[in-house]
Amino acid sequence: MTPDPTPDVLVAGGGTAALCAAISARRAGARVTLLEQAPRARRGGNTRHARNFRYAHDTANALSSGPYPAATFLADLQGVTEGGADPQLARRLVERSADLPAWLGGCGVALQPRAGGVLPPSRKTAFLLGGGTAMINALYAEAERLGVTIHYQYALEDPGLDGERVGRVGVRDPHGATLHLAPGALILCSGGPHANRDWLARHWGARAAGILNRGTPYSEGRALLRLLEQGAEPIGDPGRAHLVAIDGRSPVDDGGIVTRVRCMPAGIVVDSACRRFLDEGGDTASTRYARWGQRLIDCPDQVAYLVLDTPAWQSAPPSLYPPITAPTPEALAVRLGLDPAALVATLAAYNAAVRPGETPEDGHTEGLEPPKSGHARVLDTPPFAAYPMRPGITFGYQGLAVAPDTRVRLTRGGVATNLFAAGVAMQPNLIPRGYVSGLALAIGMVFGRIAGEEAANHVLN
Amino acid sequence: MSSTDPRAETRRVLAICNACGYCNGFCDVFESARLRPALTDTDLEHLAHLCHHCRNCLYACQYAPPHPFAVNVPRALTALRHHAYVRHAWPRPLARLLVHAPASALLVALATIVLVLGAVLTLVPHAVLFAAHQGPGAFYAVIPWGWMSLLAALPLGWSLLAVAVSLRRVWREGASAGEPPPGWRDWRGALADLVTLRNLRGGGPGCNDLDDRPSHWRRRLHHTLLLGLLGCLAATTIATVYHHLLGLQAPYPWWSLPVVLGTLGGLAMTVATLGLAWLTLRADPTPSTSASRGADAALLALLAAVALSGLALLGWRATAAMGVLLALHLATVIAFFLLIPYSKLVHGGYRALALLREAAARRRRIRRAAGDA
Ligand SMILES: Cc1cc2nc3c(=O)[nH]c(=O)nc-3n(C[C@H](O)[C@H](O)[C@H](O)COP(=O)(O)OP(=O)(O)OC[C@H]3O[C@@H](n4cnc5c(N)ncnc54)[C@H](O)[C@@H]3O)c2cc1C
Repeated sequence: MTPDPTPDVLVAGGGTAALCAAISARRAGARVTLLEQAPRARRGGNTRHARNFRYAHDTANALSSGPYPAATFLADLQGVTEGGADPQLARRLVERSADLPAWLGGCGVALQPRAGGVLPPSRKTAFLLGGGTAMINALYAEAERLGVTIHYQYALEDPGLDGERVGRVGVRDPHGATLHLAPGALILCSGGPHANRDWLARHWGARAAGILNRGTPYSEGRALLRLLEQGAEPIGDPGRAHLVAIDGRSPVDDGGIVTRVRCMPAGIVVDSACRRFLDEGGDTASTRYARWGQRLIDCPDQVAYLVLDTPAWQSAPPSLYPPITAPTPEALAVRLGLDPAALVATLAAYNAAVRPGETPEDGHTEGLEPPKSGHARVLDTPPFAAYPMRPGITFGYQGLAVAPDTRVRLTRGGVATNLFAAGVAMQPNLIPRGYVSGLALAIGMVFGRIAGEEAANHVLN
Repeated sequence: MSSTDPRAETRRVLAICNACGYCNGFCDVFESARLRPALTDTDLEHLAHLCHHCRNCLYACQYAPPHPFAVNVPRALTALRHHAYVRHAWPRPLARLLVHAPASALLVALATIVLVLGAVLTLVPHAVLFAAHQGPGAFYAVIPWGWMSLLAALPLGWSLLAVAVSLRRVWREGASAGEPPPGWRDWRGALADLVTLRNLRGGGPGCNDLDDRPSHWRRRLHHTLLLGLLGCLAATTIATVYHHLLGLQAPYPWWSLPVVLGTLGGLAMTVATLGLAWLTLRADPTPSTSASRGADAALLALLAAVALSGLALLGWRATAAMGVLLALHLATVIAFFLLIPYSKLVHGGYRALALLREAAARRRRIRRAAGDA
């Protein structure tokens, strides 16, 4: 079946934002076509890998362990972005996040109650039962049930922005041929360009080769980049990205959640010259993953090694790959391709500086630069182990500037009349830097819904 | 034994699950696996039996094929379950019956039918066999009560013994691995889990019975099948009481308890086996193995044969066909009893044991957590 040449609303993308947009536009009465670049078995973009989303709520409930008032949510958002969130969009995000659990429930998405006793305590977020892929399945089923026409392996190539309107839209079909559609409105929900190697190289230079992509390889951002050429207004810094420390042996794309390296506080981290460069015990919150990712990008070859002794790696949480082990630090260095004398020296200097504390958390170093300010203990029990680490990209901090109704802003001023954007494609309006868990999904859901409503409204009225 | 040992693959995928944990709301398997990070052989078998095969964790998996990690937990656990049934079958030589489940079911059923029918045809005078019997003792005119009871009780007794031996071995492996002994509360918890099939609800919304959409059909049909089977068992037990204690002889009138229970039970079994067979045929094969599908189909066919022959006997008991139908029904029941330890039926015992163990382990975890706080 070839796509409807004149849908009311054309949605490009196949993750949270796209499905929320398609469902709400369809419910508003529009004829909706959704194009997902990935094949069906790999549909769902980075949403496949997500677990929980942030939403405002005034009391503890079945999903979250305490209240998260809108004002606190807003303050958190401005806090992590250092005041960088667009105030109007931020307010819409927070206000409209409140009914997300109910809205998702109405789409057949199951959320995981706390009562099962197996979730990490969370006051601010709700967990998707089974995670993002399960949600994606439910949303596709709901979209199909409502009569949204879905085409897999169809990619939006040319958004066709001409002046302030989208007119003739170029689409690549599964065989690589181009066809043209003339939708009443276009909603861009196709993520960012962070899986696009050329784009990474353009902004990160030689360092790009050392970056692994945590999510879908289909997030190439081609339509987004085309729009920027056609006069859409960019927002955010393309030279910045949300990077997380992940196992250096992970696949280039789609390693997902299990590739994170989590136990830096248990050991020491050295670069390929065997030098320490960051306080391993300074941050034990979940923010540490991104803090390390950000530092890895500037390491030689974008690689560093987390070095542990036996008690340290045995206390580590389960990891995707077992650590590389050896009976002595010298042998470990050889296995890692490092200079044995240098690793031994760094380890010896660290061990000599360790001052145990009252509790294991209080252990710290003295006279060492950089210090290890917590969880420091002498690493001397063989065998020794190491996790190679590289930066893994979650998303970039550049996207399309949008108005509060998600209409795409134009460089020449004003907004496009029938072009909307939602999700990661416009996320930098709200998160130009920083991040806290559950924001990305909330942005995809809230602005997906808004974009769907606005697009339908534009076409039908 | 199956050609490849599924333990390595199960260990590989569950190690990925332990680093992920997204599925921990579907059932008890994932939290249990997380708390057994060593994933020893005993742990893996426990997890395999704990899995009710709801399949949700395949469709929810970010690493499911075609992802290069190719995580397919329900398939790995299904293969391991089958492997474990074979490994623990007693006596050993009969484990072969489990390896080729469909052929075994067919052979055993055919053999019992030939033997029982052959015996009846040769031993019972045809004037009696093909007469239309009515009134008290009609069945026993064809097959004497003592013989009938013996022919059913012997295979049932043998099978229960064989199952007990296997379960005891598994229990011991667990105990020597340091599993806590269950208390009465654990028995109660396990029974509740068993009766409600709590682990076959996908955490609430249902299971991916056919594909990535949730459904409650497998659980409902499983309940129907079990209730039907229990109805038939109750009918038989009550009939025995009537016979021995009250001196009432079958066939009983249509409104009597044994006939009503037996009829309802037979109908429930028929509906449930057909429904489950439909699910087995229509379901996406990705989360199962061809061996497990064969074993499922074989068991369903056997149960359908038991139910249908029973219903046929009820329907035509006043006609000349009764004698042959009675022999057929008795034969299928004997085959069913004989195959309890050597067919998919054996899952019930292992599942109950796994639930009991899990209940004990969970209570100990909770107690320890409370102690920590
Ligand atoms: C490992 C990992 C864990 C995460 N965990 C969380 C979490 O717990 N909570 C949270 O809030 N966020 C989390 N995130 C971030 C979050 O998943 C994403 O930011 C969010 O899902 C993005 O949604 P989206 O709809 O904008 O884009 P995506 O879900 O990435 O969807 C983009 C879609 O567009 C399609 N596409 C791309 N180009 C085209 C084109 N030209 N034409 C048609 N289709 C196209 C892609 O195939 C894809 O389906 C996580 C991310 C990763 C990588």
